[in-house]
Amino acid sequence: MSTPIDYLLHLADNAVVLGQRNAEWCGHGPILEEDMALANVSLDLIGQARLLYQRAAELKGGDATEDKLAYFRGPHEFRNYTLLELPHHGALVGYAAADRDYATTIVRNFLYSALMVHVWDGLQQSADASLAAIAAKSLKETSYHLHHSRDWLVRMGDGTEESHARAQAAVNHLMPYTEEFWTTSPAEGAAVAAKIGIDVWALRPAWDALVNEALAEATLTRPNFHGYVTEGKIGLHSEHLSYLLGEMQGLARAHPGATW
Amino acid sequence: MSSVVDKVWATLEPLTDPEIPVVTLRELGILRDVRETAAGIEVVITPTYSGCPAMGQIEDDVRASLEQAGIAARVITQLAPAWTTDWMSDEAKEKLRAYGIAPPHRTCGSSGGAEVSVLKFVRRQPTAAVACPQCGSTHTVVTSEFGSTACKALYKCLDCQEPFDYFKPY
Repeated sequence: MSTPIDYLLHLADNAVVLGQRNAEWCGHGPILEEDMALANVSLDLIGQARLLYQRAAELKGGDATEDKLAYFRGPHEFRNYTLLELPHHGALVGYAAADRDYATTIVRNFLYSALMVHVWDGLQQSADASLAAIAAKSLKETSYHLHHSRDWLVRMGDGTEESHARAQAAVNHLMPYTEEFWTTSPAEGAAVAAKIGIDVWALRPAWDALVNEALAEATLTRPNFHGYVTEGKIGLHSEHLSYLLGEMQGLARAHPGATW
Repeated sequence: MSSVVDKVWATLEPLTDPEIPVVTLRELGILRDVRETAAGIEVVITPTYSGCPAMGQIEDDVRASLEQAGIAARVITQLAPAWTTDWMSDEAKEKLRAYGIAPPHRTCGSSGGAEVSVLKFVRRQPTAAVACPQCGSTHTVVTSEFGSTACKALYKCLDCQEPFDYFKPY
């Protein structure tokens, strides 16, 4: 059975979209150290995306390249979680140019890294040897991202009245989007059947334990969920992804093949 | 080992890391292997971090050196087994320290069991003391978990007051 390319694109798109979002802090970090931290996290994520796009392009064959996959697919072709494309601010600010809220950034990085440490750990046993090698590298990087975001989650939650309120608002806003982790897309189903991907549903208890423990230490409350489950990983996105891709892909589309 | 393989190792020996010019690519473990195959000589390099921007430069340096020496070889980037700071030689660690970068602690745990490798980062643990490369004091504190390059963190010595880079165990 061949490696489902859509599955590799799901993993790659997650990494590139969050990498692009976090890079928006470059030059705007709340403190110098965090400015560097977010730039470094982005560097890792974009590095992971490149390796995954290269593998997907190799399997696609023909004239596929990593750049074509990253720069010349439209929003409906992206397979990332909706959580990762949201701007860095809470639910009540409806436009992308709004001020960035660092609590939103940190909570999102925490929720995603807490999932991905388990995903990469499992993918080290993937039947696709290239994906297994990428997973082994990514696991180490993601563990460090988790350490960083968890540390800040606790500092903010168990910090001042203001930081606690912002962290709680970010948790309330973002937690519903994590429901998308636990539905199985056709690409994930095919990858699991081929022993190339892993069953995310089975990771839920481990993720829950990790998240609940961190929220408790941060004195934050986990909201109850009911409602719509987002479907970014099958290509149904929020409007925010189009703006993000507009910025990320603009140069490559205006000057195809440009080098410097 | 064939003489041509020896010649490739010797040719590439002077190449250093673009960001840390005191250690060679071989000492860092980035230059992994030189092998003779049916298709010719292959030079194997491995990235430290997935997004390390120095990899392009490193690959160019390797190619240029081989070309200059008149050696036809393919340069291959290989991810597995994943690079770890445990591969760094003691000699390289001493060079780093002398250069002002605290070397990584040994056994970063990358080869440990699955539960260890994932969960050891999750709970906050007191990390092992990092010795100041200037005065040797272990009375040091982390100022930023991310430093000037992907592979380093920032520390400060509480005795001699010097800030310094720490090569993260990874």
